[in-house]
Amino acid sequence: MLASAAREPRRSVMEFSADFDPASGRLTLAGDCAMLDAPALERALGQLRGAAPAGLEVNFERSGTFDIGPAWLLRRALHVLGASGTQVRYRGQPPGHFAYFDELLGRDAGRFPEPAKLTLSQRFTAFGHAVADRVDGWYEELVYGGQLLTSAANAWRSVRRLRIPSIVRHMHETGVQAIPVVAVIAFLISVISAYIGAQQLRPFGAEIFTVDLVTIGVLRELGVLLTAIMVAGRTGSAYAAELGVMKLNDEVDALESMGLNPYEVLVLPRVVALVLVLPLLTVVANAMGIAGGALLTNYLLDLPWQQFVSRLDSAIADTTLWAGLVKAPVFGLLIGLTGTMRGLQVRESSRELGRLTTVAVVQSIFLVIFADALFAIYFLEIDF
Amino acid sequence: MPDPGPVIELDGIENRFGAQVVHDGVGFDVRRGEIFGLVGGSGSGKSVLLKTILGLRRPDAGRVLVEGQDVTAMNDEELRRFKRRYGVTFQHGALFTSLTVAENIKLPVAEAVDLDEATLDALVELRLRMVGLTLDTAAKAPAQLSGGMVKRVALARALALDPAILFLDEPTAGLDPIAATEFDELILYLRRTLGLTIVMVTHDLDTLARTCDRVAVLVDRKVIVDTLEGIVAHDHPWIHSYFHGARGRAISAEREAGRGA
Repeated sequence: MLASAAREPRRSVMEFSADFDPASGRLTLAGDCAMLDAPALERALGQLRGAAPAGLEVNFERSGTFDIGPAWLLRRALHVLGASGTQVRYRGQPPGHFAYFDELLGRDAGRFPEPAKLTLSQRFTAFGHAVADRVDGWYEELVYGGQLLTSAANAWRSVRRLRIPSIVRHMHETGVQAIPVVAVIAFLISVISAYIGAQQLRPFGAEIFTVDLVTIGVLRELGVLLTAIMVAGRTGSAYAAELGVMKLNDEVDALESMGLNPYEVLVLPRVVALVLVLPLLTVVANAMGIAGGALLTNYLLDLPWQQFVSRLDSAIADTTLWAGLVKAPVFGLLIGLTGTMRGLQVRESSRELGRLTTVAVVQSIFLVIFADALFAIYFLEIDF
Repeated sequence: MPDPGPVIELDGIENRFGAQVVHDGVGFDVRRGEIFGLVGGSGSGKSVLLKTILGLRRPDAGRVLVEGQDVTAMNDEELRRFKRRYGVTFQHGALFTSLTVAENIKLPVAEAVDLDEATLDALVELRLRMVGLTLDTAAKAPAQLSGGMVKRVALARALALDPAILFLDEPTAGLDPIAATEFDELILYLRRTLGLTIVMVTHDLDTLARTCDRVAVLVDRKVIVDTLEGIVAHDHPWIHSYFHGARGRAISAEREAGRGA
């Protein structure tokens, strides 16, 4: 085999330089060329390529050891020049790696795949595939819902299969631990809406209606909607990321190999927990929202607490609280389903995990708001 | 065959986690151009020792000299430059799954030096050829590769900055015997042609027998270093059961048939 330059103990560094003189057609290499010197070599080779001289003399007399990378770049450039008609001569000993490269190039390694250039018909096909994928996606979502329903139906038959401990754990993580942030957000939003309401209604002498505005707004819409959006951000992403990593680690396959149904073990407890927890969080948000409204009307309008309560009593109908609360389990279901489904769709790479976690959050917030709009129309029609 | 001078010198290394002593006075030399195996039971501190040599962990006592420089005394900037002098492959490849094979190999180069895209592509071609992969691998995602290809790409990435020293963690774990043998051949070929110094942690007795010039065994918080024949003949009970258990018997036959390739 060949004597390798790299085997020699590294002499202390001699600054590398590569100079191409177009007039004499000489490339002079001096010093040790490590990978970190590759940019200097690249520059000289670029000039060389630009000049494309008829004859070239490469002078190695003052050059030291070459790392493999730069030696490869040098040899490649010289070969390209040689192929295009330049007479290449060496002075001094070229790097020992050149023989190694001959050996490497002697073995067929194929070619780099060409970057695909799309014709019009290929673009058209790609568009068709995208549409078909979208339709497949809907089908997949339908199957997902069906499988979940089946496992839910099975689970109802025996309490043990409902996995109470798992549900409780998820209720703790998604519900109890979310109380502080949900409470603060609801409080702040109702303070903001009370402030704006009081300011706008005062010119009409109707500032007492601020109480109506805040309580009805919080109970019917703001409480449940803000809670759902907070939970979508907090829990939807957590579900997607958690299940996605389990998927990447083959944990889901491991469950299935034990004869366990991943829908029953992973998805159902999470979704059930969210369906149960979201109404409870909504109650917290409602309470904090009304507290915020009371505080601000007391401060801005000098409205005594008793009067706030009696005004609140006359402002809301029997149905007002329920019009908000009845939406909460539906939102919980939507967030739970979206988060878990996107998580289980993760395949192959960490980038997929990030993408699908984002998709989970964006879609669950979209679905929550969309469902809220449908509820609003429906409640208007039935006069709820 | 190899130059006699040591590339890595360990002297009196001690590593402790709380009251638990992992290494108590571990010392050995790795010579230039040799393939050095590191063996030990689970929990004997192979990974900790590897991290100590790589400068990722400061030992509680002792010195690590790599190419004459004291790794344990380096500041952050010196450590950063030092880390470019070696290549590492991890047991599971640790390829970046969101990048293609070509991008994985380009990453360390592009971070270290400023080069054109075409030059980087040329270097990717070199590394793929060096580890015996075809060029159509370049555009693939790590998830599309077989176990043996993952190890080769990991090796190509470890070679990207032309390191003088290679550290391989379980290079053949999880490979079928044919792929493992091919990988052993590749390591031997790279050592022969490039004069690399290679330190590998491995439990694959076939790989040990085929590739390693000397072997260090971590037992009882100390280290025993010898050629494989010397280690096999050692009378320490753990070493004895390691090399003479059911899995070890194949070695003697292998050694008699001579080194692979």
